[in-house]
Amino acid sequence: MADRIWFLIPELILLAGAVVCAIGGLSNIATLRRGIGFIACLFLAAACIVTPWIYTPEHVAQSTALFPSLGSYVKFFVPLIGILLVMTSGGLIDRTYEHAIAKGKDRFNALRSSGGEYHALLLLSITGLLLLCEANDLIWLFLALELVSLPTYVMVAISRWSRVGQEAAMKYFFLGAISSALMLYGFSLMYGATGTFVLSDMANAFAIQRMEGEVVLFGQIGILLAIIGLCYKIAAAPMHLYAPDVYQGAASAVTAFLAFVPKTAGMLAIIIVVSLVGWENGLPRVVEMTLWVVAVLTMLLGNIGALLQNSAKRMLGYSSIAHSGYILIGVIAGPPLGLIAVLVYLLIYGATNTAAFATLASLSRDGESIDSLDDIAGLHKRSPVAAGAFAISCGSLLGVPPLFGFWGKLLLFAAGIAAGQLILVLVAVVTSAISAWYYLRLIGLAVLSPTTPQSESVIVALRWPLVAAVLSAIIAIGGPLVLKSLTADATQAIVLPE
Amino acid sequence: MSLWALLLLPLFGAACIFVLKSSLSKWIALVVSFFVLALSIVMAIQFGQWGTPLDGYVSHVPWISSMGITLDLGVDSVALLLVLLTTLLTPLCVWGSFTAITHRKREYYAWLLILETAMLGVFAAQDLILFYVSFELTLVPLFFLIAIYGGKNRANASMKFFIYTFTGSLFTLAGFVYVAWQYQQTSQYGNWSFAIHDLTTFAATLSSTQQGWILLALLAGFAVKIPVFPVHTWLPIAHTEAPTAGSVILAGVLLKLGTFGVYRFILPMVPEAVVAYAPAIAVLAIIGILYTALICWVQDDIKKLVAYSSISHLGFCVLGLIALNPIGLEGAVLYMLNHGLSTGALFFLIGMMYERYHTRDMNAISGLMKKMPVWSFFMVFFVLSSVGLPGLNGFVSEFMCLLGTFVSSNSNTTWPGMLGPEYAAIAAIGMVLAAMYLLIMVGKIVFGSLREPDQHQNHESLPPDLSPREIGVLVPLAALCIWIGVQPAVLTNAMQGSVEEVLSPYPRIVLQEQAEPTVKVELKEDNHG
Repeated sequence: MADRIWFLIPELILLAGAVVCAIGGLSNIATLRRGIGFIACLFLAAACIVTPWIYTPEHVAQSTALFPSLGSYVKFFVPLIGILLVMTSGGLIDRTYEHAIAKGKDRFNALRSSGGEYHALLLLSITGLLLLCEANDLIWLFLALELVSLPTYVMVAISRWSRVGQEAAMKYFFLGAISSALMLYGFSLMYGATGTFVLSDMANAFAIQRMEGEVVLFGQIGILLAIIGLCYKIAAAPMHLYAPDVYQGAASAVTAFLAFVPKTAGMLAIIIVVSLVGWENGLPRVVEMTLWVVAVLTMLLGNIGALLQNSAKRMLGYSSIAHSGYILIGVIAGPPLGLIAVLVYLLIYGATNTAAFATLASLSRDGESIDSLDDIAGLHKRSPVAAGAFAISCGSLLGVPPLFGFWGKLLLFAAGIAAGQLILVLVAVVTSAISAWYYLRLIGLAVLSPTTPQSESVIVALRWPLVAAVLSAIIAIGGPLVLKSLTADATQAIVLPE
Repeated sequence: MSLWALLLLPLFGAACIFVLKSSLSKWIALVVSFFVLALSIVMAIQFGQWGTPLDGYVSHVPWISSMGITLDLGVDSVALLLVLLTTLLTPLCVWGSFTAITHRKREYYAWLLILETAMLGVFAAQDLILFYVSFELTLVPLFFLIAIYGGKNRANASMKFFIYTFTGSLFTLAGFVYVAWQYQQTSQYGNWSFAIHDLTTFAATLSSTQQGWILLALLAGFAVKIPVFPVHTWLPIAHTEAPTAGSVILAGVLLKLGTFGVYRFILPMVPEAVVAYAPAIAVLAIIGILYTALICWVQDDIKKLVAYSSISHLGFCVLGLIALNPIGLEGAVLYMLNHGLSTGALFFLIGMMYERYHTRDMNAISGLMKKMPVWSFFMVFFVLSSVGLPGLNGFVSEFMCLLGTFVSSNSNTTWPGMLGPEYAAIAAIGMVLAAMYLLIMVGKIVFGSLREPDQHQNHESLPPDLSPREIGVLVPLAALCIWIGVQPAVLTNAMQGSVEEVLSPYPRIVLQEQAEPTVKVELKEDNHG
C-alpha cells in the first residue's frame, strides 16, 4: 500500500494546494487573495517537477495500475497545461468586487468572495485526472472521474454571475449525472460478467471468455454503456448536445478548462475500459462498431455544426467536439501507434485549444465578456498580439503544417491507416477539409477584416489570459521541435506490465 | 548543407524584417532574395550531377526515428532547375512590388520570403513528410498575400484557393501514409520510412489495384494545384484577385508544384496505374486546354484572360508528362520553366499597367503603344513567347510536348506510350486558339487609336512609361526567354539523365498493357489461316 501512496505524491501536492487556495482566498489581505492564482501555479509546477523523480523504473515495476507508466506522462504534462489554464482564468473571478474593495467602496466579506474556491476546485479537478492514471479497479476509476467532473459543475456556475451561466451549470450538472449513472450501470454489468472490480483480473476474465468464444452478453452491454457514458465526458456524439450550450454559457476560461481536463479524463478512461478487452485479437465486434459509429458521427456533427455558428465560443465548442472524433480514431487503432497518437494529440489539442479560448477570455467590451463572431472582427487593429495568437491557434487546430496540430493529425491518420481503418481516415480527411472553412473564417475575422462598429469597443482587458494565449501560440509553433521526445515519452507511457 | 543555407536564409530575412523598421523591409527582402539567387547560381555551376539521374547536395538529418521521418534534403537536375526558377522569380517579385504595396509592408515582404522557403523546401525535400509540410506551407503565405493585398473580391478568392488546395492535398497525405504503411508491413524489421527514394522504389511493386488508389489519392492533391479540368475553378479568381507578385509566384512556381509532384511521385511510384489511367488523364488535359482557351476568347479582363490561359497551357505540360517518352517529359519540364518565365512576365506587365490605369478591362483601354512604347514592346514580346513563336522559349516546349504525345503510340520505338497522334492533333487546336485570344488582346490594348480610362490620374511616383526599375524586372526574363528559345539543348541535355531514370520502368509495362489486344488480333489471323 505504501507503494501506491508513493505514486500519489503529485496528487497529494495538488490536494494540499487546493486546501491552501481555499483558505487563502478567504484571507482579508488583498495581496494574498490576488496571488491565489500564482499559488495554484506553484503547486501545479511542483506536481510536474516531482513526477520524473517518482516514476523510476524500480518503482514502476511494483505498480499495480493497468498502464504503470501512464502517470509519468500525464502527471508531467497535464499540470503544465494546468498552469496555462490558471493563467487563462486570471482576473476572471471577483473582478468588480475586488475593484470596489481596492477603491474603498466596499468591505471584504469572506462569504461573497469565490476566488479561493475557484482555484481550489480547479486543482481538485486536475487531481482527479492525475488519480485516473493510477486506477487499478473500477471503483477507483469511477471516483477519479467524478472528482474530475464535480468541481467543474461548480466552476461553470461561479464563473459568471448571470442567468446564462446558471443555466449552463444546471444543464451540465443534470446531464452529467445521467451520464455518470449510465457509466456506473455499465461498470456494474461488467462486474456481473467477471465477478471482480480489479482491472487486471477483469482483463484476464474477459480474455478467458474470448478464448471460449466471445465476451458474455452482460459484459458487452456493460462495456457499451460505460463507453456511452464516457462519451459525455469527451463530448462525443450522441452525448455531445450539451457541449455548445455549456461552452457558450460558461466564461471562456472555464470553457477552455472543460474542453481539456474532462475530455482528457474521458479519453484515458475509454482507453482503460477498452483495454480490458484488448486490441490484440481485434476489438469485439460490438465495441469496435460502437466506437466507429461514435467517431464518424462526432467528426461529422462537430464539423458541420461548427459551420453554422454565429458565436465564436459555440464554434470553438463544436470544433472541440470534432477533435474528440479525430482522437477516437487513435483509440480504435489501438497500441502502440494509436495510443501514442492519442496521448500526443491530447496535449497538442490542449495547448492550442487553450490559446483560442484564452484570447477570447482576454477580450471584453465595457467589462462584459464577448461571444459573437463580429466581436473579433478587425482584432489585429487593436491588438496584433492577440490576433496573431488566435490565428496561430486556429491554424494549429486546423492542422496547417508546420504547426503543432498538423503533427498530431499526421500521427492519428498514420495510426488509423496502419490499423486498416481506411474509411475512418477518409472521413477524418473530408471533415478536416470541411473544418478549413470555419477555422479560416475565424482567422480571417481576427487578422484580415476591418473593424466593424460592433467590434470597435472590444479591447484586450485582461493581461494574464493574453500571456497564456501567447505562450500557447509559441507552443503551437515551437512544439514540433520537441515532437521527437514527446512521442518517445508517449511510447514509454503505454508500456504494459510484464 | 548549402541547400539548408538556401532554405533558411529567407526565413532569417523574414525574421529580420519583423525586428527592424518597416521602411527597411523591402530592401532587406530584396538583398536577401538576391543573395539567395546568387547562392543558387553558384550551386548550379558547381553541381556535378547535370545530365545524370543522381541527386546532389544531399544532406541527411535524422528526426523522429520511430516513425522514420527525416529532414533529408537533396536535388536532382530537374529539381535544381525549378529551384533556380524560384530563386529568380522571388527577387523580381520583391523588386516589382516596390510601389504597388502601400500598407502593411512588413508582413508583405516577410510572407514573400517565407513563401520562398516553402517553395524551395518542396523541390529540395527527400522525405515525404518534409515535402508535404513544405507543399502545404506554401498555402499560408499566399492565402495572406491574396487576402490582405488582393482586389475587391479578395476574401472569397483567398478562401476558395485555400480550401480547394487544402482539401486536395489532404488526400495526397493519406495516399503517402498508405504507401508508407505498406512499406512498413513488408519491410524486414517493421521499420517505418518516409524517404522518397525508399517509397518510390517500393510502391512500384504494389499490385495494380493498390497503385490505382494511390494514383487517385496523389492526383487529388496535384491535379488541384496544376490545375486540371474540372478542379481548376479556384485559379481564375485567385489569380485575378491576387496582387501582382502573388499572381507571378502563383503562375510561375506554385502551379509547377503540381506538375513537379506528378514528375517526382506519380510517375515513378505507380507506373502500372499511370499506364492504365494515362488516356483518361490526357482526355481531361485536352478538355482543359480547349475549354479554357474558349473561355479566354470571351474575357474582357486581361488578368483573367492570362489566368485562364495558364490552365490551357498547363494542359500541354500534363500531356508531356504522361506521354511516357523522354521528348515529352523533357518538354514538360521545360514547359514548367518557360511558363514560369513568360506568364510570370505577363502578370508583371498587367500589374504595371494596372498601377497606372486602375483597370484591367480590355474595352476601356487601347493604343497604349503611343503612350507606353517600352511597355508595349515587352507586352508583344512575352505574348509571342507565350503563343509559341519559333525562336522564343514557348515554341520549344510546346512542340516537344506535342511531339511526345504524337509519337507516344508507336510500340516499335524504345519508348512506347499510351497516347497517340489523335491526342496531339486535338490538343494542337489549343495552340491555334491561344494565338487567337492572345493576339486579339494585344491588338486591342497595344495597337489602334489611344484610349485611356476617363478618371485615371497619374501615379505620383511612376512615369507614364516604364521606370528603370520595372524594365530591370522584365529584362532578365526576356533574356532567358530568348536564350532558352535558341539553346534549349543545354537544358534538355542537363535533365536527360533524371528524365530517363524516371521513365525506365515504363516501356516494359506499356508493352504488357498493349499485349492483350495484340494477342486478340493474332488469334483472329490464326482463325483465318
